Parts: sequence; C-alpha cells; structure tokens
Amino acid sequence: MAASAKRRRGWRKRLGALARFTGALVIVGGLYSVFSPSLYAQEAEDNAIDSEVVKGQELYDTSCISCHGDDGEGIEGRGPSLIGVGSAAVEFQVNTGRMPMAAQGAQAPDNYPQFTEEEAAWIGAYIEYLGGGASVPDDLAALVEHADVGEGGDLYRVNCSSCHGYAGGGGALSSGAEAPALEGVSDEEIYQAMLTGPQNMPVFADNELTPEQKADIIAYVQYVVNDDKDPGGVFTLGRYGPSTEGLAIFLVGMTALLLTTLWIAGKS
Amino acid sequence: MKRRKGTSDSLLTKAGGELDDRFKLAAPVRILFNKVFPDHWSFLLGEIALFSFILLLLSGTFLALFFEPSMVEVTYNGAYVPLQGIEMSRAYESSLDLSFEVRGGLFMRQMHHWATLLFMASILIHMLRIFFTGAFRAPRETNWMIGIILFWVGFFEGFFGYSLPDDGLSGTGLRIMEGMTASVPFIGPWASAALFRGQFPGTDVISMIYIIHVFIFPLILLALITVHIGLVFAQKHTQWPGPGRTEHNVIGFRMFPNYVMKQVGFMLFIWGVIAAMAGLFQINPIWLFGPYEVSVVSSASQPDFYVMYLDGLIRLFPAWEFRIPPYFTLPAVFWPAIAGMGLSVLLPLVYPALERRFTKDRAHHNLLQRPRDNPGRTSLGVMVVVFWVVGAVSGGNDVFAEKFDISLNAMTWAGRIGIVVLPIIAYYVTYRICLGLQQHDREVLAHGLETGILMRDPNGRFYEVHQPLAEPDEHGHTQIEYNGWVVPKKMNRVGALPPTDRGFFKSIEEPSDNGGAARDEIESGKH
Repeated sequence: MAASAKRRRGWRKRLGALARFTGALVIVGGLYSVFSPSLYAQEAEDNAIDSEVVKGQELYDTSCISCHGDDGEGIEGRGPSLIGVGSAAVEFQVNTGRMPMAAQGAQAPDNYPQFTEEEAAWIGAYIEYLGGGASVPDDLAALVEHADVGEGGDLYRVNCSSCHGYAGGGGALSSGAEAPALEGVSDEEIYQAMLTGPQNMPVFADNELTPEQKADIIAYVQYVVNDDKDPGGVFTLGRYGPSTEGLAIFLVGMTALLLTTLWIAGKS
Repeated sequence: MKRRKGTSDSLLTKAGGELDDRFKLAAPVRILFNKVFPDHWSFLLGEIALFSFILLLLSGTFLALFFEPSMVEVTYNGAYVPLQGIEMSRAYESSLDLSFEVRGGLFMRQMHHWATLLFMASILIHMLRIFFTGAFRAPRETNWMIGIILFWVGFFEGFFGYSLPDDGLSGTGLRIMEGMTASVPFIGPWASAALFRGQFPGTDVISMIYIIHVFIFPLILLALITVHIGLVFAQKHTQWPGPGRTEHNVIGFRMFPNYVMKQVGFMLFIWGVIAAMAGLFQINPIWLFGPYEVSVVSSASQPDFYVMYLDGLIRLFPAWEFRIPPYFTLPAVFWPAIAGMGLSVLLPLVYPALERRFTKDRAHHNLLQRPRDNPGRTSLGVMVVVFWVVGAVSGGNDVFAEKFDISLNAMTWAGRIGIVVLPIIAYYVTYRICLGLQQHDREVLAHGLETGILMRDPNGRFYEVHQPLAEPDEHGHTQIEYNGWVVPKKMNRVGALPPTDRGFFKSIEEPSDNGGAARDEIESGKH
C-alpha cells in the first residue's frame, strides 16, 4: 500500500512539473514574441534610438569595418571583435582619437578625434546594439562629487601608479607601448578607460573596483594631476622624479656655478 | 673724558698684539693668510662641494628639529587633502608636516635636497678636473684617495637621506638596497636581516638610518673634508705650467685679503644658486608618492642621479643566474650591483698606483698636465665618463623611452650594446683629438701663427702667410720648446701680457676714433 501510494504521488509530481514547465515555456515564448526586437519592424518604425543605431552603422561601415569586419566580428590579424565591448569602449577610443587607427603599431596613440562626440555616441549605440557591454553610469558627475580623494589616492597607488606613475605623468611599457599621461583627461575618459581596459590597460570591472571606487580614483587623479597647485616650485620638472632633477642640477646649477668660477677667476 | 689716541689701524694692531700675547696666533695665522691660491677657474670646483656641504649642515639641522624618525602607525589629519585619513608612519607624517605646516619648511627641505645634488655633482666635476690634469700624482695620491672615499660616504649619506621620509620612493629604494645586500653569496641574507632587524621593511630601519644620516656620516664627512683641505695646505696647490711657474713655487693670490674676498663672494653665490633652485624647482614631492607600502611601486622610480648609473647597470645586465644544486644561487643582480659598485670604489682608489706602475713615473709633480699632453689618461677618463653616462641614462630609460617615443626594449638593447661599444669608440676618438691638438700646438711653435692672409706667388701657388713666434732658421722653422701651457693661436694673443680687452661674455673694447676717421677718409674716396 505504502509503496503504491508513493508511486502515485510521484506520478502526480511529474505531471505537475510538466504542466509548470509548459506554462513557463508558453509565457516566455509569448513574451519573447511580443517584445523581441525585429530589425525589419524597427526600420519601418524608425524611432530615435534606432536611427542612432543606423547612423552608427553607416559610420562603422565606412571607417571601422576594414579592420573590425562585418557586424563587428573582427578580422584575424587586423582588429579584434567588437561584440560585447559596449559603448564605453567605443566612445573612449573614438573621442580620444585613438580610433580610427592610422596604422597598425605597438599601440594606438591619442590624437585629434576624427568624429564629433555625437557621432561617437552613434557608433557606440551600434556596437551596443550588436552585443551589449559596459557603459558609463549616468550619475558619474554626482559620484565624483561625493568621492573620497584620500581613498582614491590609496587605490590609485595600488592599481594605477605602477604604469601611469605617482604623479600621473605616464610611463613606458614593453615593446614601444606606453601608459599615457593623465594630464587634461576628463572624468568620463578615466571611467571609460578603467571600465574597458583600452590598448594595454587591464580591465577594472565593477567587481574589482566598484563605481564608487572608480569615482574616488577619478577625484584623486583630477586633484593631483589637474588641480594641484604644486607646492614647492614654479617648475615641476615634469614630475618625473630624480631623472629630471639630475638633469636640472647639471644644466642649471652646475652651469651657473661654472660660469661663476670663470667670472671670479677672470676678475683678477 | 680722556680722548683715545691713535687711529683705528693702531687699535687693530694693539688688539692683534693682545690676542697674540695670549693665544700665540701670529705664526699660524701668518701661514694661513699667506697661503697662495692659483688663479685658474678650475681650482674653484672643489669649493662648490665645500660650500654646499656647509649649507647641508645648516639646512639639515633645521630639518632635524621637525622630523621624527618613528615607524609608529598614525592616521594623517594634516593639511594635504588627498592624504587625509590615510594610515602612515610618523616619519612620513612629520615629513609632510615639515613640508606643509612648518613655516619655510618646504623651502628648507628643497634646499637640502638641491644642495645634496650640487654637492655630489660638484664632487664629480672636481674629481674630473683632478684626474684629467694629473693633479692626483705624487705626492698627492693620499688626498685623491680621501676624495674618492668622500664621494662614497656622500653617496651613502645621500641615499640614507632619500630613504628617511618613508615615502613610496624611499621604500622602493630601500627595497632595492635590500635585494642588493641579500644577493651577496653566503653572508647576503644575514646582512640584510641585520640591516632591517629581521624581515624587510621592519620597524627599526628608519631610526637606525636616521642616526647614521644626521650624526655618524656627517661627522665622517666633516673629518675627511678637514683632512682633505689640510693636506692641500700642507702639500700646497698644484698649478698650471707657464711663465715663471716651476715645480717649486706656487703663483697666485694670497689668502688674505684677495682670496678670502673671492671665496666669500663665491660662497654666497653658491648658496644663492641653491636657494634659487629650491624656490623655483620642485624636488622630491613626497606628498605625491604616498606612504610606503610593500605592494606599491610606481613607474619612473629612480634614485638620485649619483646612484642612477648603478640602477642602469642593474637594468642592463642580463638575467644570468648562477646555480650550484641543490641550494646555492648567485642572483644576476650581484654582478652589476655588488661587483659593479665594488669596482667603482676600488678602481679609482688604486688608479694613481696603477699609473705609477705602468708609466714608471715616480717623480713628484706640482705642475699640472694639459689633458691633451697625456692622451692615454685622458682617453681612459673619457671612457669612464661615457660608461657612466650610458649607465645613468639607462637608469632612467623608462622615462626616456616614454618621453621620446622610443621602445623601452630598444632603449635597453641600445644601453647593453652602447655600454660596451661607446666607451671604446670614445677612447679612440679622444686619443685622436688629443694627438691632433698636440700636433697643432707643435705646428704653431714651428711654423708660426696663421694670419688669414692669403698670397699668390708668380707661378700661381696660393699660400697663407704665417707669423713666426721667433727668428726662423734657414728652413723657415722656429725652434721653440713646448712648455705645457696654452700656445697662442691668434695674432692678438701673442705676447707675455694677457689680452687687454675687457668684458666677460663679450669684448667691451671701443674702436679708436683715429681709425674711424681714417676709415671715413678711405670710404669717401679721398685716397
């Protein structure tokens, strides 16, 4: 008795599970068919977002496709796939003039931008449309405003200074690559760079540095690199530390004093 | 009231007499005042080091009033915003307070650091002068060796000072020193543990270094400088050869009053240059480096320039590790750091003895040599300078690579090849230049000065008229002995007297009116 009751309960359980599963499939499928984007339908509707994607695609097809390939799939040996990199990466690379790249090299150097910020946003929208990806939070300005500069300094020294230097002056990497100087960069640029890891930079995703921590770092960089009044000198010697100080002592100090020795010995 | 008799002169005499009666000063002071200094600019280079050392003592005393060599952990709450709330050692905190909250503190700190760089730079330049002119030869080898030791004591004194503030850069420097110490076979790890009282960084190293930096090494420097200058007095100055100058006299100015005035002026000028640099150029901005943490290393972490060539050697040396299984490892850093530094101490120390041995020249020399007259030594010196410069540039090769857009790998390989090849090229080129200069001197002595007047003889040959310096023989040659000093190369440099036109940077001689009138006449066509 006990065994047959158990079996019957098992059957009921399986039937119930099947019913729930079918129900879930129907709901998901139904929702999908209602909300799923259809390229043809969107082109017909031509709303604002889609027009950005289309304009972005037009720019992509004339300026990016030769290296990054059809639909951002990438071309072996020329350019990586852009599916999933997101708009933050696109806007960083395009707005700093790193992309489109003039020639293949160790690293794309920053340059005069080839597109307006609006156009960069269109390309970003297109890449986002292809495969999603990271983007800058809308409330970045508020985050930076409430950031902790001291905490940012601590994070900067641990995570950034080994390449960009204590004072954000930049530094050399191997084989001709470099970590650029941070002078005059905007909050958005720093955020985009940390989020997407352009060129040789590692990615600092949100699970490594939270958006708040990123904002702390931005606040510190802006304080030290761009707002600091540089106590202790009219000339900072580029803040490269002892190497330029050594040059200065010979070019300025020793030179002035050698001329003095000539003058003093000459005045006999 | 009784009027005082006599002039101020006789008063001075009287005061002097009273002092001499009590302290027996006349004889030593007379020797001091009558000490003769040669009047060539190259004799003033050592003074730059001496006067910057005095400034180092003064500014260092000021800094010591406010600096605390303590490794106690504190939370910063001072004036510099980006470090507020950060945990750091008391040593770093007091360095920050010294910079931002003590009146004039940052200026004094910067002055102390610039004076250090000037001290080391002027020692190097002074050393080059002594080397290239052969001033280290007998009887002055001891003073040369004291000078070399002075350089190395200054080297470590500077390195310890760089380590004291306990900022990110100091800690990085100490870490490298720890690695170098530990690389010495067998005793290395023990020596490193003794230095840091256990594991790096420990909590004792700053207070130990502090006593060395503010007391022991300054005392050694002071003692050595005193002996160094005392020996110059005892052995008398060397001098350049020239009319009336022999191995047995010194021609120049007496200490008093002429030379004292010059020296005081020079000292104030040196201090002025250091103060100006301290006010204008930021140096060692420790607040940017942050407190030292073992996990933090910045790019462009360099030592001060006098250590930089060693850093460069470490960067250039290939990673050749030597192992004897099962336990023994000799790390690659041993060769450039420990062997390299050992040789840099040893070779200069024994150089005078080596030169004596190879040239078999055991005579006493009070007259200097012009660098061109000893091409072997001069070329050797230039070779060392080139080696040093390639090493120092390689010590900053990441900064060079980044700022001049050169691949860092290319910089490293250029340094590796350059440090071997360039000194050899420099030796050859310098040797040829020395011989060329010698030959030109001899040519002027034999054929006379080039006058710039070109003539053409009847069969069409062009030649330049030479002004012989003495009565020529039947071949048109003059027989004048080279005396080891400047040979006139221009017509207006001929004669025993120095050039008559005044002015330092450019001549301020006025053309005579007479000549002007004659020129006007010629130009107006009256002749």
